Amino acid sequence: MPVKIAAIRRYQQFMSSGVENNRGAHVDFELVGRGLRVRLCGRVDSYNSGGLYFSITRQIKKHSPGEVIIDASEVDYCDVAGVALFSWLFAQQQKKSYKLTIQNLREDFKSLLERLKTEQHEKTKPTINPISGFINSTGRGACLLFKEVFDFVSFTGELTSAFCSILLKPRRLRLKDTFVIAELAGVNAFGIVSLIGFLFGLILAFQAAITLKLFAAEIYTADLVTISLLRVMGPFMTAIIFAARSGSAFAAELGTMKINEEIDALKTMGFEPVRFLAVPRVIAGFFVVPLLSIFTSLFGLIGAGIVMLVMGFPLVTYYNQVVSAADMPGFIGGFVKAAVFGVLISAIGCRRGFQTKQGSQAVGIAATRAVVSGIVLTVIAEGVFAVIYYFLDI
Amino acid sequence: MAKKTSSIIEVRNLTAGYQDNIVLDDISFDVFAGEVFVILGGSGCGKSTLLKHMIGLYEPMAGEITIDGINIISANSKQKRQLLQKFGVTYQSGALFGSMTVRENLRLVLQEFTTLPLNIIDTVCDMKLKLVGLEGCGELMPAELSGGMVKRVAIARAMALDPDIIFLDEPSAGLDPVTSAQLDDLIIDLSKSLNVTFVIVTHELASIFAVADRVIMLDKNTKKIIAQGSPAELKQSSDNPFVQQFFHRKSSLEQ
Repeated sequence: MPVKIAAIRRYQQFMSSGVENNRGAHVDFELVGRGLRVRLCGRVDSYNSGGLYFSITRQIKKHSPGEVIIDASEVDYCDVAGVALFSWLFAQQQKKSYKLTIQNLREDFKSLLERLKTEQHEKTKPTINPISGFINSTGRGACLLFKEVFDFVSFTGELTSAFCSILLKPRRLRLKDTFVIAELAGVNAFGIVSLIGFLFGLILAFQAAITLKLFAAEIYTADLVTISLLRVMGPFMTAIIFAARSGSAFAAELGTMKINEEIDALKTMGFEPVRFLAVPRVIAGFFVVPLLSIFTSLFGLIGAGIVMLVMGFPLVTYYNQVVSAADMPGFIGGFVKAAVFGVLISAIGCRRGFQTKQGSQAVGIAATRAVVSGIVLTVIAEGVFAVIYYFLDI
Repeated sequence: MAKKTSSIIEVRNLTAGYQDNIVLDDISFDVFAGEVFVILGGSGCGKSTLLKHMIGLYEPMAGEITIDGINIISANSKQKRQLLQKFGVTYQSGALFGSMTVRENLRLVLQEFTTLPLNIIDTVCDMKLKLVGLEGCGELMPAELSGGMVKRVAIARAMALDPDIIFLDEPSAGLDPVTSAQLDDLIIDLSKSLNVTFVIVTHELASIFAVADRVIMLDKNTKKIIAQGSPAELKQSSDNPFVQQFFHRKSSLEQ
């Protein structure tokens, strides 16, 4: 940061020396009766004006003069920062009760000053009545909430109607897009899904084994891992990864399209954006998440198998234990759950994308909101499924 | 040129804006079939907003917009879709679909709304690209194009379905004078040979004089139309100081 350091040093020199020499700017003060005479020389530019400002205001504060005369006859450069300094000094006249005159400022700088001079240096905050402000913000909040709920319902309706129209005319589905998205969100996620699944199985088995060892029941580690992976954790972990990886991607992609007016363009070309953009993503999510969830569970079981091997159980024992613990209803239940998670996360991702406001920051916000809403929806759905499966006795 | 009098777009008492901020206040005008209609005005006076209302993207606060006898605000979705197929729209930013090649961008509507076989569609795409002087660029991605090329592809895409009405939002912004003049020629050609109606938002004085049949001018302060007529009429006879400033390129400082 050589520039910054130089600036600080310049400023320090400036403050410490009696006659300040500030690389091109030069100021000295003279008290004439009740008046303060400020003689400025050199460059009053954006580099020097800061130092000049402190120096001049300090002098004004110290002497509180009735009159300030700036002799600018030797100013040989003055840019907008300099003009702002003069303008500020003018604006302070009333508050500090002095009268400012600028003498001998060169004609071209003077015209710049006349053109840009402004009275408002301090921002006036609008005063808000606390009670009406509270009512106002509450009302606004309620309206926003209502609109959000309304939008949610209308989006769900649009999505459903788009699906129905595709069921009636399957040719209307953008099949190529759907496959491309399925590849991006599914096939390319295989690595991360299997890694997370493997490590998760490993950790789960290890932790379970420590506790079960107290009861000399280590062999049941296999049951525990199998049941929790197939029924709950496999689909759930996959959903979280899918939300983070693809839900956010959908929101960012559609958000960028919105900002680039591409979604407006689609609308005016006669395409419904929901059918064109959201449906392929939701279908891809529907098929891809259950498949990924199988791999999460599979690699989780492999990870757990390694822990069991290390603990001295032969692989066959582990395998038999897994097979006896796994049941078809549980497996199907997990599979269905994963499909629902896929639909929810893709749909909310697309919706957040469509909701994007203007500006590049809005895309980031949309992506964040997509991940958060995706995970929240997943957890809620998980709870609903737990209740349903309990009553179905699965 | 025959006088064009049957109106294709009718805007009546349109009031529009965003939340509390009214941008257009109670404006009415007609666009006649086959004419080149230019919306003029200083920056931020609501030209693009007006255009987006005319194509039915935004819902107005009050007023009616009728296109070809159909009220675009109260139309049902089927009517609206039929109406939209008669439109071609070019946006300020171009709004090409970034994940598709130039050719796929053009192909999209043709595949969706016509029964043409793919090889004919491709020929049509090439012809449209040739119209805007971009033959041989079909396989490029939008990200590989220059700003001016994006604009021209967007115009080609707007013309893909040979629409009756083409809306152009600042088509010549960012184009060099030669390309801009070619674009003007294209607009004149299409409006003469195919009787296409153009609604153009622009502030290029040269192209206004070259193409426009009629001009309306919006004002930021009054939020109304302050002048209406052919460009020559406006330049000579309008006594509104803002119109005079605009056509004689004076800044307000010089007065």
